Amino acid sequence: MRALMFGWEFPPHILGGLGTASYGLTRGMSLQSDMDIMFMLPKPWGDEDQSFLKIISANKVPVVYREPDWNYLNSELQGRFSPEDYYHFRDCIREDNNHIGTNGIGAIEFSGRYPQNLFEEIRNYDAVAGVVCRAYDFDVIHSHDWLTYPAGIHAKHVTGKPLVIHVHATDFDRSRGNVNPGVFNIEKAGMDEADHIITVSNLTRDTVIYRYHIDPAKVTTVHNAVEPISPEIEAIQPRRNTKDKVVTFLGRITMQKGPEYFVEAAYRVLQRTPNVRFVMAGSGDMMDKMIRHAAYRNICDRFHFTGFLKGKEVYEMLKSSDVYIMPSVSEPFGISPLEAMQVGVPTIISKQSGCAEILNNAIKVDYWDIDAMADAIYSIITYPSMYKFLKEEGKKEVDEIKWEYAALKVRRVYDMVLHR
Amino acid sequence: MKSICFYFQVHQPFRLRRYRFFDIGNDHYYYDDYNNEEIIKRMAERCYLPANRLILDMIRESNGAFKVAFSISGIALEQMELYAPEVVDSFRELAKTGCVEFLAETYAHSLASLWSGNEFELQVKEHANKIQSLFGVKPTVFRNTELIYSDEIGDRVVGMGFKGMITEGAKHILGWKSPNYVYCCASNPRLKLLLKNFKLSDDVTFRFSDWGWDQFPLTADKYVDWIANTPPEENIVNLFMGYETFGEMQSAETGIFEFLKALPKFATQRGISFKTPSEIFDKQKPVDSISVPCPISWADEERDLSAWLGNELQREAFNKLREIGDRVRMAKDLKLLQDWYYLQSSDHFYYMCTKYFSDGAVHSHYSPYDSPYEAFMNYMNVLSDFIDRVNSKFPVDMDNEELDSLTQTINAQEDLIAQLTKENKKLKADLAAASGTAPKKSTTTKSTMTKTTTTKSATTKSKTNKKS
Repeated sequence: MRALMFGWEFPPHILGGLGTASYGLTRGMSLQSDMDIMFMLPKPWGDEDQSFLKIISANKVPVVYREPDWNYLNSELQGRFSPEDYYHFRDCIREDNNHIGTNGIGAIEFSGRYPQNLFEEIRNYDAVAGVVCRAYDFDVIHSHDWLTYPAGIHAKHVTGKPLVIHVHATDFDRSRGNVNPGVFNIEKAGMDEADHIITVSNLTRDTVIYRYHIDPAKVTTVHNAVEPISPEIEAIQPRRNTKDKVVTFLGRITMQKGPEYFVEAAYRVLQRTPNVRFVMAGSGDMMDKMIRHAAYRNICDRFHFTGFLKGKEVYEMLKSSDVYIMPSVSEPFGISPLEAMQVGVPTIISKQSGCAEILNNAIKVDYWDIDAMADAIYSIITYPSMYKFLKEEGKKEVDEIKWEYAALKVRRVYDMVLHR
Repeated sequence: MKSICFYFQVHQPFRLRRYRFFDIGNDHYYYDDYNNEEIIKRMAERCYLPANRLILDMIRESNGAFKVAFSISGIALEQMELYAPEVVDSFRELAKTGCVEFLAETYAHSLASLWSGNEFELQVKEHANKIQSLFGVKPTVFRNTELIYSDEIGDRVVGMGFKGMITEGAKHILGWKSPNYVYCCASNPRLKLLLKNFKLSDDVTFRFSDWGWDQFPLTADKYVDWIANTPPEENIVNLFMGYETFGEMQSAETGIFEFLKALPKFATQRGISFKTPSEIFDKQKPVDSISVPCPISWADEERDLSAWLGNELQREAFNKLREIGDRVRMAKDLKLLQDWYYLQSSDHFYYMCTKYFSDGAVHSHYSPYDSPYEAFMNYMNVLSDFIDRVNSKFPVDMDNEELDSLTQTINAQEDLIAQLTKENKKLKADLAAASGTAPKKSTTTKSTMTKTTTTKSATTKSKTNKKS
């Protein structure tokens, strides 16, 4: 079974949860012996782990015919793939893409991020997909998240192969209901065209069915999982610089993550217990507002902002925390609580997050229920047995949530669309 | 001749309201009145009243041949008195027939039998008083919370003067033995035991309306047949169940009341009678002793304490509760004592059980909380407030023994003072009477004088003690 996947992010250069999920899922799928995966990315950095899948660099694939000089071609390809592959791709150009700005080898430059001209990048990515899908033979097309739906549709129209789309989030989650019509259009078109839709939680599945009016029979939930932590992360020593208990919020500080509820809960806890500190790690468009809010509540001496954390810093922060909290207003899945539980941090999550569907040993509260949230924080830092129990049982539970099992479910979807 | 021994457990806890940690120290009312009232009224309407009425009819129709036993926790009685007094009346009516036995248990349906100290004895006494005052009978047979039993508990129960006790016929205790006999306690053979026949009991409680069961539908005819077909030398069958089986676990529409109603008729046809536990204990000798070193109960598949004390959360909550116990008793404050009882209900610990996350059906069915963690948080918040209240009565840094001896001295002195004042008054009256008749009797006056001085010194002594 060969699958052509369209993705936008891949570790180690990730901007959000999409990259982590793409990596885990493909890695889990590669454990199936007959599974071959080709994964197209707009702009890989060259240091991705390619041991279990083949990464196709969209920014090196020619979309218009050029005759570059051999040496120039080699220097431009930067070893992403061989000149032979380049010529093979060039032979597969069937569409006129001359209206797109290309470079010397006829390829398109991508930012690989989420820039202002995102819709243009999506269209360009779509053009590349038209070339790539003709160049290889495969059984199924798998598109990750809305950015790659047009590419998936394009490939389906060209080859007639079944399209599976993977909904990691919808615009209803990101915008608290005020959807961008452009994004909605792309999402809706992708879902309509897809032969099957995979959602990361039942919450998202409901959104797909009720907001996008999709037939429930073609929507399947495959919950995300989490990669086992590597030894180097295991070895990270927590740096405790305070005797106080530490409660951590970690993630983008945006409307979707509900940071203001965290500040309010902190304010309530601090009214009763002085020996606790709150950390809001991450950055985002609501950060300044949150700083003002903390100042307004007069808790800034106990409420800290770290700014954006990357790589190891994330785990250093997690390991020195006593409580991890994710009060998301609408979270399709949310892998980060699972990561916190992996390093043994008791976790509080909102009932409106997808991971609440599969976690038992985490405390679940409604995102708006600030009292309940404060109460949960207070209990964990006050009652040692609660802390210990959540720490141990949580780790035990999350260690059993493996990508391998999620990958098997995805495989069943493939088999279904191929009528095998 | 075979006999059936019916026993029904009636218990409802005072469920706690959502008690946030901001409430600690501010609000000392812990109970969810709305929920409690709603549940007890629903139970009364669906189960207690119709079932009581039916049993009363059955007793009258059979001229007293149909007999049952009840164990009603003190807390359940309190709630009935509060919200559904007609239920207490209907139990009283049953008591008048003389065919209904009331068993003793712990007042709060608590786990006090598992800790040392006299809390257990105090609660059992309290419960016996309650039963006596309401129904005019003194219980002679004991039933512990959730049928929890061990040799040690058996020993303590004998010490309180009970002749028998009823418990679970747990498989890992009985082994090849049959529960259909009278047994006795291994550590104290004076205590006779009746063991629950869990197969036949659960057939009614859990499987009566289960369509997937191969014996569905269960008819009274068939059921009595099963009992009649047990080996002839086994002459008792103990059917112990929660009273909620009738009307709540199995709704009236399933025909459970008709089933119960039809039982005596088929039983008499096959020569089976009905007996109360104390009748059986009076007439029959134990066939063997049973040794239970670790406590058993009637809960879950394991039949042990893991439903209440299985995880760390439950144990922490339980230990915190236990530690404060002595001080609550010392405080002699009625309000504290009332909360102390309500907080001890085993149900609070049951809600914290995490054993069956996958199919927590039975546990979550009764729980007012969404998750065991919530149950723990809420309970601990309440308990913290309660502990603060108790501690405000006494200095915290003084240990219990010291405190105990001090309170004892104070109490003893108070008693002494009371006694001496009484004596003093009596003597004064005597003196007045004597001076009326014969004015000169110096000896009496002298002795009165010495008594008064001792009284005075005692008063000053106790005062200094209190100051320290």
